[in-house]
Amino acid sequence: MTTASSADHPTRRDFLFVATGAAAAVGGAAALWPFVSQMNPDASTIAAGAPIEVDLSPVAEGQDIKVFWRGKPIYISHRTKKQIDEARAVNVASLPDPQSDDARVKSGHEQWLVVIGICTHLGCIPIAHEGNYDGFFCPCHGSQYDSSGRIRQGPAPANLPVPPYQFVSDTKIQIG
Amino acid sequence: MSGPSDYQPSNPALQWIERRLPIFGLIHSSFVAYPTPRNLNYWWTFGAILSFMLGIQILTGVILAMHYTPHADLAFKSVELIVRDVNYGWLLRNMHAVGASMFFVAVYIHMFRGVYYGSYKEPREVLWILGVIIYLLMMATGFMGYVLPWGQMSFWGATVITNLFSAIPYAGESIVTLLWGGYSVGNPTLNRFFSLHYLLPFLIAGVVVLHVWALHVAGQNNPDGVEPKTEKDTVPFTPHATIKDMFGVACFMLLYAWFIFYMPNYLGDADNYIPANPGVTPPHIVPEWYYLPFYAILRSIPNKLAGVIAMFSAIIILCFLPWLDSAKTKSSKYRPLAKQFFWIFVVVCVLLGYLGAQPPEGIYVIAGRILTFCYFAYFLIVLPLLSRIETPRPVPNSIADAVLAKTGSKSTPMVSTAIVLALAGALFAGSIDSARASEGNDKPPGNKWSFAGPFGTFDRGALQRGLKVYKEVCANCHGLSYIAFRNLAEAGGPGYSVAQATAFASDYKIKDGPNDAGDMFERPGRPADYFPSPFPNEQAARAANGGAAPPDLSLIAKARSYGRGFPWFIVDFFTQYQEQGPDYVAAVLQGFEDKVPEGVAIPEGSYYNKYFPGHAIKMPKPLSDGQVTYDDGSPTTVAQYSKDVTTFLMWTAEPHMEARKRLGFQVFIFLIIFAGLMYFTKKKVWADSH
Ligand code: FES
Repeated sequence: MTTASSADHPTRRDFLFVATGAAAAVGGAAALWPFVSQMNPDASTIAAGAPIEVDLSPVAEGQDIKVFWRGKPIYISHRTKKQIDEARAVNVASLPDPQSDDARVKSGHEQWLVVIGICTHLGCIPIAHEGNYDGFFCPCHGSQYDSSGRIRQGPAPANLPVPPYQFVSDTKIQIG
Repeated sequence: MSGPSDYQPSNPALQWIERRLPIFGLIHSSFVAYPTPRNLNYWWTFGAILSFMLGIQILTGVILAMHYTPHADLAFKSVELIVRDVNYGWLLRNMHAVGASMFFVAVYIHMFRGVYYGSYKEPREVLWILGVIIYLLMMATGFMGYVLPWGQMSFWGATVITNLFSAIPYAGESIVTLLWGGYSVGNPTLNRFFSLHYLLPFLIAGVVVLHVWALHVAGQNNPDGVEPKTEKDTVPFTPHATIKDMFGVACFMLLYAWFIFYMPNYLGDADNYIPANPGVTPPHIVPEWYYLPFYAILRSIPNKLAGVIAMFSAIIILCFLPWLDSAKTKSSKYRPLAKQFFWIFVVVCVLLGYLGAQPPEGIYVIAGRILTFCYFAYFLIVLPLLSRIETPRPVPNSIADAVLAKTGSKSTPMVSTAIVLALAGALFAGSIDSARASEGNDKPPGNKWSFAGPFGTFDRGALQRGLKVYKEVCANCHGLSYIAFRNLAEAGGPGYSVAQATAFASDYKIKDGPNDAGDMFERPGRPADYFPSPFPNEQAARAANGGAAPPDLSLIAKARSYGRGFPWFIVDFFTQYQEQGPDYVAAVLQGFEDKVPEGVAIPEGSYYNKYFPGHAIKMPKPLSDGQVTYDDGSPTTVAQYSKDVTTFLMWTAEPHMEARKRLGFQVFIFLIIFAGLMYFTKKKVWADSH
């Protein structure tokens, strides 16, 4: 009458115990899924992350604007001739994260730089038009980005990412 | 009984910990080796069921709090967004709301079991009193939780219950102001209720630990009420009690799942799908079902202070039970008179619950007073008297003797009591609905809805036609503010493609802004936008519609109901009928009649409607034959329009209904298999012990 030891049908009993245990394990695991899944972005958040359109006509040369897409700040810079030349003059191979300026802008619209303004070090927002490279300077730990948004100096490991975007017209882009 | 254990784990790492913190020994002595009486019946599994429910409530509650906004302007909406947008939000919310009711179902059975078998008697008085404290904390938690969705019943329930304290002489008003944090129930009240609702379950968990501790010191009572004497009287907790408890939990989950997936609103009140409105009290303020007996006691005393005192005494008196009933014999099994009075007491409680849901007038008041007397008489007259005059039947010498004697005569009373309790529970639970039965309106005729029943799905054609009717007719006055255009392309909805929904959205002008110049502007709608409301604010809606603001239609199919009355609400539980809302909406749309019947006065600016409560409705007849053209050849009649638009509004009220029923079916298949496996496992484990 203590633990069940007098097994008259050992195999049947074992099968029953294993089946019950397995059912409990499967049920428990399946029941866990909704509790994990609810942590993901909800439907309204996903819907709000739809592409946005930005009108570039008010941004004069040398100026930049900051817009938000999916909660992230996006820098849109109208680069000067000088900035473009600087970005193109560097030896790509010498960069910490080698990438040519061509690959970071849309051809025919070289004056427009569109980058996600989040420092690739630990997520602070770099300040535009600061630092030694005519680009961005991150005040948190001193990372410096050039006029193409590429990392040049400091602890950040990678260039400022370029978000997915395209030109809808000459003065309008769609981000996302 | 749980003395220091000589248990030693075999793993050296665990041994290392055990020498410093003997936690494995504690677990082993409390939940493995712990001797449990071998004659316990299934009523004893409710302790485990309650622990399970407490765990579920805390888990789902913590998660809901991640998505909920405790602000008077946002709370109602945030609950709707949980249900509509959060992944499985509808499931988590149903689990939590239904879980509260299931928690009370289990606690009431657990308490009645304690009363029947005398589980409060020496040496278990402290154990019992801790239980009463848990029950009180549960009531407070349940009440504050019900306030959080900030619907009409939440708001007015909070107002009525907090006003109970105003009965306290002199200090009453200041205490109520203190509770509210304002001059009326408002945002500060909601905020503190949220905070306390989050806190109290952990207090409950703490008292549960004390409760279990006290249980393990005194040992479990048992159906025969004789303390275990030898080893033959007990079995080890694991695996015997563990498996039996888990089987009990599995069976209870079947009932729980029935509500979660098929009847989520059965135990709730339709009025709570109307956002809180401090200016309008619902015609019948009814608390959640589990408070109804006490609510009935409160109302049957004609004096405010005395009523409040009576209500609280009805609970506090339970603490004195061990001393009011001083009979030596514990179990009512051996007390012929006490047994009968116990069942009378159960019926009194159920009837009080029924009365708590009835309007306080006429016969109900008198019945309420008689039953209130009976309730207190049971504790203050019957039990003390019985302890002195009753001659109990002889009690078996030991548990082993009782088990041997029982194997001959099968326990038929168990079955009958189960039936009685099931019936009582159903009567009790559904009594809220009957509150409306007395209104004396024509009952809306029942319809055949494609979405009814356990496998119901929405008729896509009806949803698309209903959307057209809404857009061309209803939308002129009624908003649909919880529905976004993207919803039209979601699974379980009208079945449009994303491109169609986007095109549909772009027909609308949506106000946006401010732009860089600080101005508001209009732009074409996007899928993420919500249906725009026809009026900029409630005042404008009121002004344009003769003083009655047309309600938002998003939730109307769940926010309207009508009384089903006894015995229909019991039948409904089994047939899963829950289409009162759609039946009512469809009936009102078709209930306009030009000829006002004799004796009904319709004021200027109102119209006669057969099914509208009070018959005078401010909305003119909205639909007429041929008004909306259909492309699919469906008849363009008022009857068809009503049916289509009601189907559409049922979908807007619960966009995930199909997912709910589909998942429900899968869960049921699993639970039935699992409960079956548990049953046979339990039989195997117990095979040697009977
Ligand atoms: S976050 Fe920018 S430098 Fe560290």
